[in-house]
Amino acid sequence: MTAHSAERTDSGGVITRDEVAHLARLARLAVTEDELDTFAGQLDVIIGSVARVGEVAADDIPPTSHAVPLENVFRPDERRPGLDQAQALAGAPAAEDGRFRVPRILGEEQ
Amino acid sequence: MTTASTHSEPELVEFDDVVARFDPVLGIEVHVELSTNTKMFCGCPTEFGAEPNTQVCPVCLGMPGALPVVNRAAVESAMRIGLALNCEIAPWGRFARKNYFYPDMPKNFQTSQYDEPIAHDGFLDLTLDDGEVVRIGIERAHMEEDTGKSLHVGGADGRIHGADHSLLDYNRAGVPLIEIVTKMIPDTGARAPEVARAYVTALRDLIKSLGVSDVRMDQGSMRADVNLSLSPSGSGQLGTRTETKNVNSLRSVERAVRHEMSRQAGVLDAGGEIVQETRHFDEATGHTRAGRRKETSEDYRYFPEPDLVPIAPSAEWVEELRGTLPELPWERRKRIQTEWGISDEEIRDLVNAGALDLVEATVAAGASSQEARSWWVAYLAQQANTRSVELADLAITPEQVARVIALVADGELTNKLARQVVDGVLDGEGSPDEVVAARGLKVVSDEGELIAAVDAALAEQPDVVEKIRGGKVAAAGAIVGAVMKATRGQADAKRVKELVVERSSL
Ligand SMILES: [Zn+2]
Repeated sequence: MTAHSAERTDSGGVITRDEVAHLARLARLAVTEDELDTFAGQLDVIIGSVARVGEVAADDIPPTSHAVPLENVFRPDERRPGLDQAQALAGAPAAEDGRFRVPRILGEEQ
Repeated sequence: MTTASTHSEPELVEFDDVVARFDPVLGIEVHVELSTNTKMFCGCPTEFGAEPNTQVCPVCLGMPGALPVVNRAAVESAMRIGLALNCEIAPWGRFARKNYFYPDMPKNFQTSQYDEPIAHDGFLDLTLDDGEVVRIGIERAHMEEDTGKSLHVGGADGRIHGADHSLLDYNRAGVPLIEIVTKMIPDTGARAPEVARAYVTALRDLIKSLGVSDVRMDQGSMRADVNLSLSPSGSGQLGTRTETKNVNSLRSVERAVRHEMSRQAGVLDAGGEIVQETRHFDEATGHTRAGRRKETSEDYRYFPEPDLVPIAPSAEWVEELRGTLPELPWERRKRIQTEWGISDEEIRDLVNAGALDLVEATVAAGASSQEARSWWVAYLAQQANTRSVELADLAITPEQVARVIALVADGELTNKLARQVVDGVLDGEGSPDEVVAARGLKVVSDEGELIAAVDAALAEQPDVVEKIRGGKVAAAGAIVGAVMKATRGQADAKRVKELVVERSSL
């Protein structure tokens, strides 16, 4: 979740039913009216819990994205052995013509 | 989706009428696949056209516990592109995860740079056909990875709509991509379609000169998305923009802009509103059709990628890369123009005809620049046109053209015979020398043979001989024609004419 949501929770706001409905639409999930209420409440608890981390951070502590202070870690542009087709598809729930088979995609082409 | 644009097609407005009443504002995003040996974050190969799912590994398949590591060559290519586009290189930046719900990335997110692009704030100058120079502002160039390829099964025309299921090939997932985004391009008016095309062309030539991508629009290694909005002339208000994707040739870039201008004007004239959406360009009709509603960047829930550490190019590294920039297209044009002593217009014609590389290679193979230019922009361009191929795809090499030019210069071929030799090469009959031998196309340079042919023709037309003797030199044409016919066009007409005058006065 974004810092944006966390801030809203900090200030006493809650995850609204509209926000849950929006997320469900992005994820192409069908959610009932009752579920919207349930999930809004549950998500609010989760966001609220995570947001407590922010309470520890004083104003002089900048946001951190990486735990280790490393920069510029690169790899040379050299090939390394990967998987063959059978190995790649071994864990796939379904495959066809050497490709991963997925259920019908809901929504438009990217 | 219940939008005006999806259920009824608006009346298209004539292009001239559109530009009389509206100001178009362009924005162009170009994706370039880098031609590195390996992918952006793993050591898988990047070759086009391999068997599906044979260029994959745990990293690019998003398997748990796999750790991506950035390809140094890809970062250097990104910086070189940025430097060639006069951008500033960011001294520090991170990758981010772009989260979305679509199976073309097995990780369920695409790794991309978001608000910390490696290069930003540059420009590219374009020269339009009439010599006008337009400066296009570059907003940013950032690194990301390509997605897998989807096949939709069971619907019409392989489209997602109505499909029963989809098949995914992840060979392309993770191939390094650079996305180059322009700043808003206002004030192009009726030239908007031309400017869009000229920009993509100039960018393609620039990236090609850097040798970092093969920039093949037909193979998808360079792809353009065209953003367009209209505002009422002089109002200064920005209209809502649409983003047209799938624009896969230079010509399509021009057509897509032109069509979208006419379509948007039609919607606005009918009192409708432009919907901010992705549209797809249809090569067959030249039209755009509505796609998905634009998700906002918030919907992607970008956050810094924790598995990749920040990139912090030192000033030394940046300068070292700047030092590796080759001669850029505009510098090369300036140099060639000076070397060949040709005008701005002449060099532009060569560039627009796609002949500059070919002429340069022909000159390198020993031909004079004047002869080389003349062959490529006249006879060969005409042949390319007749055969419906690009000039560069004609079945003749610059070296072969240079050989033909040399044969003419040595007096072994007349211009007419030379064209026949070129035809033979284009038809797959072999090299110029092989065609000359096989078709028997040598100039008859044996003076004795020519004199005999001239004398024979003169003997057959004594009346003409009288005229020539009487001072009517023009009458010699009839004899020259007869000799050329007798030698099957393989004589030097100028020499034949000299001989006709000489022999008839004996
Ligand atoms: Zn891989």
